[in-house]
Amino acid sequence: MSTATRPGSTPRRLLFLVPAVLFAVVGAFLAVGLTRDPARLPSALVGKPVPQFSLPPLEGRGGAGLSAADLASGPVLVNVFASWCVPCRVEHPQLMRLAAQGVTVHGINYKDEPKAALAFLRDLGDPYALVGADRDGRAGIEWGVYGVPETYVIDRDGRITYRHVGPLMAHDLEQKLLPLLAEAR
Amino acid sequence: MARLLRVALVVLATLLFPPQAFAATAPDEILSDPALEARARALGKELRCLVCQNQSIDDSDADLARDLRRIVRERLVAGESDREVKEFLVARYGDFVLLEPPVRPDTWLLWGGPAAVASLGLVAIGIYLRRRRPVDDGAVPLTEAERRKLARLLDRDGGARS
Repeated sequence: MSTATRPGSTPRRLLFLVPAVLFAVVGAFLAVGLTRDPARLPSALVGKPVPQFSLPPLEGRGGAGLSAADLASGPVLVNVFASWCVPCRVEHPQLMRLAAQGVTVHGINYKDEPKAALAFLRDLGDPYALVGADRDGRAGIEWGVYGVPETYVIDRDGRITYRHVGPLMAHDLEQKLLPLLAEAR
Repeated sequence: MARLLRVALVVLATLLFPPQAFAATAPDEILSDPALEARARALGKELRCLVCQNQSIDDSDADLARDLRRIVRERLVAGESDREVKEFLVARYGDFVLLEPPVRPDTWLLWGGPAAVASLGLVAIGIYLRRRRPVDDGAVPLTEAERRKLARLLDRDGGARS
């Protein structure tokens, strides 16, 4: 009412709020940005079929290697690991737990010495159904791997539904992987 | 004097051989075709090393950066265009692998944001300057009586001096 009779008077009085509001908005964006981990990158592969790759078996482990055809029907997990990777040791009990629950877990042994990888599996247990040896990291690049460990959830149609970067923790299993695996069935 | 000379030499050497001259590309990676190698180097500067994040793969010593440099070179040798090489990596690593984000509808805000904010500021300054009026200092003109009194005072003062 007053703005209609005295044009500009009320808006002008509130004009000083504009920078304050702008500051609050920018500040909110930056505050949210600060809480996000820059190392967790979105995966370009989520929602897409697994990339084409074919890996020989891990020398000395026996069994077949791992290729895209093995992932055509899920749900399965693909875990990228290496014996030289410390966080892989941290997450290993979770993989053992998943395997014990009947989840199919396949491994990509990334840039590793077969002997060291075998010793790793002997010491900590071997949760993997199939292990492919990616000695030069080529398959890793097809998967968009930029660090180990990484874990992918593959649904029944052979599509990647989730990528986890870094070690799997118990709460990752409960909150993310197990629900997704149930959904992917 | 000798010391000064030594300092000067070090400074000169630093200027002549800036650190960028020693990129991470190892001698065995370099392609024999100089034109292809130049393209590979240029591409490498535009691609992010995903482990070290703010370095290009051309600058980085990381393992992954070396692998990516090798892949860039292999694909160039196979006859791919620069764009095809980038598309290959974007398909696997996402736009994040490009140090310079692509211009697309969802990145317009990113690219145009600073210019938009700056022009808003310019418009605001313009409006402010146009609306600004001469400052009213509250001065009231002298009344007739005051003026006469002033003239009398000045006159008397002037008369006393002469």
